[in-house]
Amino acid sequence: MDDIRNKAKELLENNSVNVVIGFGNGSENQTRAIFVRKPEDTVKLIYDERCVQNLSLYLLKHEVKHFGKIAITATLPILRTILQLASECQINDGEIIVLGISSDGKLVEFADFKAIEDYISTQNIDIKVEEKEFIKKIEAMSLSEKWAFWQEEFAKCIKCYACRQTCPLCYCTRCFVESNQPQWIPVAAHQLGNFEWHILRAMHLAGRCINCGECAKACPVGIPLNLLTYTLIDSIKAEFGTIAGTNAKLDSVLSSYKFDDKENFIG
Amino acid sequence: MPEFEPKIVAFVCNWCTYAGADLTGTSRIKYAPNVKIIRFPCTGRIDFMLLLKAFANGADGVIVSGCHPNDCHYTSGNFHARRRWMVFRHLLDFVGMDIRRVKYSWVSAAEGAKWADVVNKTVEEIRKLGPYNEYQKVAKLDFEKEVTNG
Repeated sequence: MDDIRNKAKELLENNSVNVVIGFGNGSENQTRAIFVRKPEDTVKLIYDERCVQNLSLYLLKHEVKHFGKIAITATLPILRTILQLASECQINDGEIIVLGISSDGKLVEFADFKAIEDYISTQNIDIKVEEKEFIKKIEAMSLSEKWAFWQEEFAKCIKCYACRQTCPLCYCTRCFVESNQPQWIPVAAHQLGNFEWHILRAMHLAGRCINCGECAKACPVGIPLNLLTYTLIDSIKAEFGTIAGTNAKLDSVLSSYKFDDKENFIG
Repeated sequence: MPEFEPKIVAFVCNWCTYAGADLTGTSRIKYAPNVKIIRFPCTGRIDFMLLLKAFANGADGVIVSGCHPNDCHYTSGNFHARRRWMVFRHLLDFVGMDIRRVKYSWVSAAEGAKWADVVNKTVEEIRKLGPYNEYQKVAKLDFEKEVTNG
């Protein structure tokens, strides 16, 4: 951890960056994102197994950009989000300084996005085994069982949109769900509104989700809504050969095409 | 009790399938009257949510049809659409929607007979599947139906 603190201190001291986004102690036994702007405050930076938040959420916030040049401490999901954001032209190479954190808490430095790509290619980026099994379990259900399962899950939804707010890839300043002339998605947390909202969210993240799981962690009622985008990851990989967050110059799955995309359902 | 007549909504592109459906008419080919055709500039314009909106408004089945690959008026709209449907179908199946109720086809402006065929086949299949009660329950349409049917 000291190597990360020292590097952050050095960057702030020689004015290479104005703010370092990292993990700090929050209330109770929780961690939270901290925004270090003074070299002496770098001692507040921590890293342990509780530090699971995807901090890249803050990279595009204008309140944070306002500070000036940004450095960010980055675990694997954060690194992947950075690459995905780069491929969507949200971050340019060299615009931010990435202080990678390896799985054993050591500092990994990256010269450019290419170095991040190389690092990620050596890491295990699969979804967790228990999530994989959950998806398999749902896929094995009959149609009406699946429908009943998801309707029951969606019925809990209170439309707080925490899943959207916490997702680092849901960065539109105006979300479709707030579009009200005409009202595209019903506002009320009733069955239809909830269903349409979750389908819309999953489709807008199709081919972009980097399986950090922030949405499900943020959900106050415990809907396993990360599975909706996780299930698309495998099918998109199989059909189009694309894995989000592995390359800084990836074509977006739904806004690109190949002449020989194979399907078997269009007559 | 009259036989169930499926309500089908067809989302078609202006340049191929709409013209194709027009040809069906001018060729005086008779086909099932259950379909309501909605014309779009291109299949690339058909948002996935429109399909769900059709179901939410009482459709029992949906047809999506446009130009054959390589024939798109805008060069690539149908290629984009094809990818979208590949992803969307997987998602719908995962949440337990009946993907047999959404039919996709390529119908060119010269294929009037094919359009009649696509509609007739879809109507027959949906007739067998019956009304889409599961979705209409979610959309609260079944309640309204009971009221209007007295």
